Amino acid sequence: MESPLTQNIRPDISPLNLPEYEKAGGYQGLRKALTQLAPDEVTALVLESNLRGRGGAGFSTGRKWSFVPMGDDAPRPKYLVINADEMEPGTFKDRLLMEGDPHQLIEGIIIAAYAVQAGIAYIFLRRAYVTAGQRLETAIKEAYAKGYLGQNILGSGFNLDLYLHVSAGRYICGEETALLNALEGKRAVPRAKPPFPPVVGLWGKPTAFNNVETICNVSHIIRLGPAWFRDLSHVPDGGSKIYGASGKVRRPGAWELPMGVTIREILEEHAGGMQDGLEVRAILPGGVSTDLLTAKHLDVRMDFNSMQEAGSRLGTGTMVVIDDRTCIVGLLSNLMHFFAQESCGWCTPCREGLAWTSRILKAIEQGQGKLEDIEHLKRHTRLITLGHTFCALAPGAMEPLQSALTYFEDDFRRHILERRCPWR
Amino acid sequence: MVTIYIEGEAYTVKEGQNLLQACLSLGFDLPYFCWHPALGSVGACRQCAVKRFKDEKDLRGELVMACMTPAGDGTRISINDAEAAKFRAGVIEWLMINHPHDCPICDEGGECHLQDMTVMTGHNYRHYRFPKRTHHNQDLGPFLNHEMNRCIQCYRCVRFYHDYAGGSDLNALASHDHVYFGRFENGPLESEFSGNLVEICPTGVFTDKSLKAHFTRKWDLQTAPSVCVHCGLGCNTIPGERYGKLRRVRNRYHHQVNGYFLCDRGRYGYEFVNSTQRIRHPLQRTAGEAIPIPMTEKEVLDLAGTILADPGKVIGIGSPRASLESNFALRTLVGPDRFYAGLSDSDFSCLATGCNILQKGPVPASTLQGVGLADAAFILGEDVTQTAPLMALNLRRMRYRKSARIASGFQLPEWNDAAVREIAQLQKPALFIATPYPTRLDEEALRTFYAAPDDLARLGFAVLSALDPEAFPMPDLKDSLRVLADEIAQALLDAKRPLVITGTACSHPALIEAAANVAWCLGRKARAAAFALCVPECNSLGLSLMGGHDLNSAFQAVREGRVDTVIILENDLYRRADTETVDAMLRNARHVIVIDHQQTATAAKAHVVLPAATFAEATSTLINNEGRAQRGYAVMPAEGQIRAGWRWLRKLMNAAGHIGARSWFRLEDLAADLVKDMPVFQPIVGLDPKVDLPTPGGKIPRQSHRYTGRTAMHADIDVSEPKPPADEDAPLAFTMEGYDGPPPPELISRIWAPGWNSEQALNKFQSEINGPLRGGDTGRRLIEPAASDDGRYFAMTPPAALSGEDEYLLVPIHHIFGSEALSMASPGIAQRAPRPYLALSPENAPAKENERVRLRVNGRSLDLPVKLLPGMPVRMAGLPVGLPGLAKLALPAAVKILGTEKNKKE
Repeated sequence: MESPLTQNIRPDISPLNLPEYEKAGGYQGLRKALTQLAPDEVTALVLESNLRGRGGAGFSTGRKWSFVPMGDDAPRPKYLVINADEMEPGTFKDRLLMEGDPHQLIEGIIIAAYAVQAGIAYIFLRRAYVTAGQRLETAIKEAYAKGYLGQNILGSGFNLDLYLHVSAGRYICGEETALLNALEGKRAVPRAKPPFPPVVGLWGKPTAFNNVETICNVSHIIRLGPAWFRDLSHVPDGGSKIYGASGKVRRPGAWELPMGVTIREILEEHAGGMQDGLEVRAILPGGVSTDLLTAKHLDVRMDFNSMQEAGSRLGTGTMVVIDDRTCIVGLLSNLMHFFAQESCGWCTPCREGLAWTSRILKAIEQGQGKLEDIEHLKRHTRLITLGHTFCALAPGAMEPLQSALTYFEDDFRRHILERRCPWR
Repeated sequence: MVTIYIEGEAYTVKEGQNLLQACLSLGFDLPYFCWHPALGSVGACRQCAVKRFKDEKDLRGELVMACMTPAGDGTRISINDAEAAKFRAGVIEWLMINHPHDCPICDEGGECHLQDMTVMTGHNYRHYRFPKRTHHNQDLGPFLNHEMNRCIQCYRCVRFYHDYAGGSDLNALASHDHVYFGRFENGPLESEFSGNLVEICPTGVFTDKSLKAHFTRKWDLQTAPSVCVHCGLGCNTIPGERYGKLRRVRNRYHHQVNGYFLCDRGRYGYEFVNSTQRIRHPLQRTAGEAIPIPMTEKEVLDLAGTILADPGKVIGIGSPRASLESNFALRTLVGPDRFYAGLSDSDFSCLATGCNILQKGPVPASTLQGVGLADAAFILGEDVTQTAPLMALNLRRMRYRKSARIASGFQLPEWNDAAVREIAQLQKPALFIATPYPTRLDEEALRTFYAAPDDLARLGFAVLSALDPEAFPMPDLKDSLRVLADEIAQALLDAKRPLVITGTACSHPALIEAAANVAWCLGRKARAAAFALCVPECNSLGLSLMGGHDLNSAFQAVREGRVDTVIILENDLYRRADTETVDAMLRNARHVIVIDHQQTATAAKAHVVLPAATFAEATSTLINNEGRAQRGYAVMPAEGQIRAGWRWLRKLMNAAGHIGARSWFRLEDLAADLVKDMPVFQPIVGLDPKVDLPTPGGKIPRQSHRYTGRTAMHADIDVSEPKPPADEDAPLAFTMEGYDGPPPPELISRIWAPGWNSEQALNKFQSEINGPLRGGDTGRRLIEPAASDDGRYFAMTPPAALSGEDEYLLVPIHHIFGSEALSMASPGIAQRAPRPYLALSPENAPAKENERVRLRVNGRSLDLPVKLLPGMPVRMAGLPVGLPGLAKLALPAAVKILGTEKNKKE
C-alpha cells in the first residue's frame, strides 16, 4: 500500500530537513512542474486526479483552481492561502503533516501557486500549533536559501514569496472567508458569497485557497501522475487519506490509508478496537461538526459520497469514537458549549441559537431539563440550516445535535425525567 | 426595469436593487434590521428572509435573505410563505433572548424599530428561560446615552460610525453573544456625526442624551418641518416641542440636501430656544441704568412713533441668521439706501464675490447630495468638517463610490457593502485638499497642501493654468506647485463630475475667485462641473442677495452724526467688528433698537430690546449655500410678547405711519411684496404648496393622533379647553385635528406610518428607496448658471507683502463646536468646544504645548495657551473663531509673539 503523504514521517515525528527531503525524492515534482509544464497543465493534472479538498468540504481542487482568472489581464497580485487553522475538534491530521514533513507542504504550495500564477502565498497557522510553526519557519528559510522560494525559481521565471502567519486563535478562522478577513487584520467574520475568493479574495484579489492535506498531495500527483493517484483509492475520489481515531479506543492515532476504507477497518484494524469492557455506541466520523453514526454503520466507507448517503459527512476524516459508557447528553453539552463560544457573533441564528441550545443542554445535564426542551432543540436543528445562517459554523453545530436526537432521544428523555445523568 | 413575482403577482421594479429595496419601494412590509438605505446590505441579522422559487413549478423553494438577493428579472418570491414567516418570527425570538424588558422605561419606546419589527413578524411568546447577558455601559459624552443590554447586534452603529462616517473610536468588540459596541474607554465620541447613532440604532442602545434631560415620548411631541440654522447648508430637520420647550431635533430627509443625516451641531444646538438667556419681553434701558425695565406693547409703539418719525436718520442692520422675511421688513422700514448687511468686512466681500460667481458664471452651485456624487473634488481653503460638516460627511463617501464603480465591473451592486469595500480596498479617491492648516478630512485626501491663503489662491491659479495654459500662463511657477497643480488639473479633467469647493472660512475673496476660475474652466471644457460655496450662516446668501451696504459705512454714518437711530436685527455686532468700533457706534447712536431672541453683548447695550421669535416659533424662509430657498415652519406658537422679527418691524412701521407693512397680515403677503421688489427671490413663491386639504380648516396637524394631555395641560389656568392658537403663516395647525393623509413633501411634520413608528417609516414617504420624497424635492433654487458666458477669468491679485522676521500670519481656525453662536447655548456643545488657544507648528515653536504666550495683533494684546498643530505651516499661527472670551479680529493678520510664560516669569 502506498503512503505518499506519510512515507517520510518518522515514528518520533521529527521533521526531515531539506537535504533529507530531497534525498527522499522531494522537490522533483516542483522541478517537473516548473520546467516541463505550463500552469494550466498543472491544474489539468490535478483535476484529472480527482483530488477533493481535504479541509472538510470536498470540493474538486482542480476545479477550484480553474476559477482563478488567468492571463495577462488578470488582477494582480494573485494569492494562494493555505488553511492550517486546524481547529475542528477531533482533528489532528494537518498537525501530523506539518510537524513531520513540512517540506512536503512547501513543495505543494509552490506548485499550486505556479498553477494559478500566484505571486504571494500565506500559511495561516493556528496559534496552538507552536511546534508546527517552528518547523515550518525553519523549512521556509531552507527553501529560500536553496532557491525554491523567491525570485526566478529553478530558472523558470516564476517568483513566489511564502509567509507563515500565526493566527490569534479562533475556530471561525478555519472558515475560508473569515480567514481572509483575519489575514487582512479585520474581525474574523465570514464574507457573503458571491463574490467568491478565486475572483475576489485576499485584499480583493484572486485567491486560491486550500487545506494543508490537500496541498500535500500535489507534488505526488505531478511526479507520479493522476492515474496513479486515482489508483491509490478504493472509490472514484482519488488518492489516499489521513484517517484518525480518538476516544476510548486501544490505539488512538492517525494513519494514511486508501480513500474509501470502512469505519470498521479504521476502528478495528488500526485503532485496535475499543478498550476493555467498552462497546462502540456512536461515531462522529469527520470531526465533531458531522452527524453521528451508530454501531450499525461500521461498514460504511469513509469517502465523501458514501458518508453523505449514510446521512453524515466525511469532513476531516478523523473520527471521534463514543463508547457505551459515555453520556451522549454530556457529549452534546460539551460540543455545543464549544460551538456557542466560537460563534463570531455576526448572524442572529448562530449567535443566539447556539447559546440557547448550549444552555438547554447544560440544564438537562444538570438534571434541570424540561420535556419541552427537546422540542426546542429539534426546532433549532430545523431553523439553523445552510442558507438560513451566514456561514456553515452553526449548521455544522446542528449536525451532532440532530443526529443525537434522531438516534439517542431516549438519553435526553431519561436525563430530563430522572433529573440526573443515567450513565453515572 | 425588470419584472419580479411576489406571491405570484408580477411587479415592475427598477434594475439593480436587492429584493428588500424592491419590496419596500413597492409598499410591502418586510422586516429588516441590518440593512439601511444609506449603508447598504450585509446580510447579518437574517430578519428579511423570504422564500424564493426557481420557477413556477418549484413549490418547495428555499429561504434567501432579501437584502442580499438581487431583484433580477424573473425572480419569484413569497413573503407570506409559512416557513419564511416562521423563520422571521424565530429571528425576533432569538433577538429577544437577551433583550431586556425595558420598553416602559426605554427612551426608544414609541419610535423603536425593534418594537415595530417584532409586531410585524407576529412573534409574541418567549420560550427562553435562562439568564440574559448584560453589559456595562459607557459615558460617551454629552450627546449620547449608552445602554448595551438592549443591543440586538445589528452592527449598524459601527457600520455608520466607522465605515460611513470615518470615525475610529467606536468599534465592535468581543464575539459570540458577548459582542459589544463601544469605545476603547469612556469619553465623548470624536466623530462630528455621532448623533446620527440615535436614528441609526434600531433599539434604545444609543439615544439622545439632550432629549433625556427633558424626555418626552415621540407621540407626545408637537413637530413641524424645519430647517437647521447652525450653518449655511440648510439641512432639513424635524424639531419636537412639548410644554413650550423644544425637546429635540431629528433628521428630515431631503434627497438633494442632507439625505439621512445631520451633524452634531445641528442636532444638539437647539437649546438656545429654551435658554434662560432668551429675551422674552420688550425691554427699555434708559441712560445710566444697567438693568433694563420691561415695556408694554403700547409703550413700545409710542416710542417707535417718536423715534422713527424722521426716517432719514434711521438705519437698519440686517443679519445672516435672520429670515428673509425679517431682513426684508427691516429693509422696507429704513429703505434700501439705509439698509446695511450686518456682516464682517471679510464676510461681506467674500459673500458678494460668491453671489457674483454663482449668478454670472457658467457652472451651477452643487447640491449637497451632488457633493457626494463627485468623482474628483478640489477643496480650496475651506475646513468643511467645521464649517459645513455634512459636506464633509458626503465627501467621505467618495471612497466608497470609487470602489463601487470598480465593483460594478465585477457585477457587484453598490448596495453590497462588504463586497464593494473589499474589491478595491477603498482606495483614496481624487480628493485634493488645500487649506491653511491640517483638517479632519485630510485622511480621505489623495493630496493635501497647507499654506497661507494667498498661496492657496496661487495654487488655484496654478490649477487653472494647468487646465488652460493659453488662457492663463504662469511661467514663473515653482516646480513643486506645478507638479501638484498638474495632478489636480488632470484628475478634474478625467472626472465625470468634477467639483470645486471653497468658502468664506479663509476670509479671502481672491481665494474664492481662484476656485471659481477652476470650476469655470472645467465647465468651459464641457465637463459637468459644479461649484460649492460654503457660507457661515443659515441665511448668509439670502442677506447677501438682498443687497445692503457694508457695515463700515454704517459705523461711519453714526460716527459722522448722520444717524440718530440704529435698528439691529438678530445680530451681535461684536462678532462682526472689533470691540472699540462697535462700542463707539452703540455709544454714539441716540437710539439703539435690538430685535433678537438671545441676550448678546449688543443687546446688553441697546436702549430698546424687542423679543424676536426663533426658528421654532416663526415660519421663515432661508437661503442655503447652493441658493436653495427653503421654508421652515414654526413648531410651537410664539409665547407672550415674542414675535417673528418681521412682525415686530411691521408694528413699528404701522406705529410710525410707514405704509409699507400695512398689507402684511400673513407671511404670504410679505413674500408677495418681497418678490415684487427683488425678482431674484421670485422662486420663493413656489415654496407654498397650493394644496386643497379636505378636512377642518384645511390644515395639517403638528401633533400626532396619539398626542396626550391636551385637556389637562392648561387646566391649572382654565379648566375649559382653549382653542388651538391660530397660525396664519402656515398650512399647519397647532393641534391633533386636521388632514391625516399623506401631506405634500414640504409639510411632512412627522415620519410615521401605520406599523412603522420609527424613522424607518421614511421608506413609505419616498417614491423609491434613496430617491426623492413622494411629490418631489422641496425648496426652490434661486440661482442657475447664466445663459451667456463671456469666457473671462478673475485676475490674480498680487501676493500679500511678506511679514516681518518675527511675525506670523494669523489665520482663523473654525470649530464645529464653538464657532457658531446659537449652538453654544447648548451645554453639550459648549462642553465640547475648545477654550481659546493659539495654534502653532511644532517646528521651531517658541513655546511648548499649553504654555501661555503673549501676542500682539491688530494693535491689541492677547494672552493665550499654545496648541501645537503638526502640519501647520511654520510661519503661520491659528486663532479659533467665535469662542466666548475671544474678541473679533480682522483675520488673516500679522501677529507678533511678544513673550512666553517662561519669559514672563523671568
